[in-house]
Amino acid sequence: MAFNWFKYSSPQTFYPLAGRLVPFFAVLAAVLGAIGLYIGFFVAPTDFQQGEAYRIIFIHVPAAWMSMFIYLVMAAWAALGLILNTRLSSMMATALAPTGALMTFLALWTGALWGKPMWGTWWAWDARMTSELILLFLYIGFMALQASIDDPRRADKAGAILALVGAVNVPIIYFSVKWWNTLHQGASISVGRSPSMASTMLLGMLVMALAYWMYSIAVTLMRVRSIILERERNTQWVRDLPGAPA
Amino acid sequence: MKSRHKRLALVAGGVAVLGIAAALILNAFQSNLVFFYSPSQVAAHEAPHDRSFRIGGLVEQGSLQRQPDGVTVRFVVTDTAKSVPVLYAGILPDLFKEGKGVVAQGKLEADGVFHAREVLAKHDENYMPPEAADALEKARKAEHESQRTLVMERAKETPK
Repeated sequence: MAFNWFKYSSPQTFYPLAGRLVPFFAVLAAVLGAIGLYIGFFVAPTDFQQGEAYRIIFIHVPAAWMSMFIYLVMAAWAALGLILNTRLSSMMATALAPTGALMTFLALWTGALWGKPMWGTWWAWDARMTSELILLFLYIGFMALQASIDDPRRADKAGAILALVGAVNVPIIYFSVKWWNTLHQGASISVGRSPSMASTMLLGMLVMALAYWMYSIAVTLMRVRSIILERERNTQWVRDLPGAPA
Repeated sequence: MKSRHKRLALVAGGVAVLGIAAALILNAFQSNLVFFYSPSQVAAHEAPHDRSFRIGGLVEQGSLQRQPDGVTVRFVVTDTAKSVPVLYAGILPDLFKEGKGVVAQGKLEADGVFHAREVLAKHDENYMPPEAADALEKARKAEHESQRTLVMERAKETPK
C-alpha cells in the first residue's frame, strides 16, 4: 500500500488530522484510566509487606515510565528537526516537554509520598532519585531555553541540542538501581525475567500505563495544534480556517 | 553527501561521544556513587572512618534488642558474609523487620559499633498478596525439610 507519510509532515495537513485524533485518544485515556484505577484500588490484592500503601504504585510507576519515555521521544523529534529541518518535528518536541515535566514531577511527588511511610524518609540522594530530579531540571531547562529565544528556528535548534545532550540521563535513571546500590528497590518488571508481582497488580499497572500513554498523546496533539496556529498565524491557510479573525 | 546526511552524522556522532563520555565519567565515580556500604566493605575498611556514612544490608534474624529506656535499639546489619552491630535511638520505620533490608546513616565508632542517626527501611521489588507470600514461605520450608530428610536418609544408608 502506498501511503504518503510525508503528506502529514507539514503543519497544514497535520493540524486537522491531530484535531480528529484528539477525541479518540482522550476517550481511551478516560476509559483506561477508570478501569486501571478500579483494578488498582478494588481488585488488586493487599501486599504482603506494604499493606494498602503500595497502591500508589499504580500512579507512581506509569508516571516514572512516561517521564523517561517522553524524554526519549522528545529528543528523537528534536533530532529529526535538527537533521531534516522539518518544522513539525521541532513543534512536536516543544509540545511534549510540558507533559514530560508533569510526569516527572508526578513520579517524584508520589515517590516522596510513598517513601515517607515505607522507607521512613521523603527524599534520599540516591542515584535513582537524583537522576530523576535531573530529568525534571532537563525538561524545565528545555522549556526555559526555548522560551528565552525569540526566533523560533533558533529556539528549536538550541532546545534540540539540550534535549539530545540530556538523553544520556535516561539510561542512567533506568539502570541506576542495577549499577549502584540505592535505597530505591530494583525493577519489578524487566525484559528477560518474569515480573515479580502478582498478576492482578501487574494488570492494573499496565492498564494505567496505557491510560497515561493515551493521555500523553491526546494532550500533546492538543498542544501541538496550538503551537502550529501560533507559529503559522501569518500564513494563508490559518487565516482561511473557520473561526479565524478576519 | 547531502547537508542533511552531514547533520545526521553530526548528531549521531555527538550523541555517541556524549554517551561514551558519560559512561567513562560514571565509571570513574563508581565508588562515590554508592548510597550505602555493605558490612563486608566496612570489614575491609573501604568505608570512611572519620566521617558519617550509610551502611546497608539485612537486619539479622533475632538480633533486635530494645534497651530498657524504650527508645534505643540495638540490631545487627548483615550481608550474610560479614555483620556490623548498630545502635540507634529513635523511631524505626514501619517496614523495619528482622530479615528485611535496612539502610542506616551514622558513624562507626572505635568500639566497632555503628551509631546511627537515621534508619531507613529498604524493601524489595516483590509485590504479592499475603497468602502467596505464606505459600512461598511454606514451600521453601518444605523443600528445606525434604532436603534434610534426604540427607539423613543417605546418612543412614551409608554403612559405618
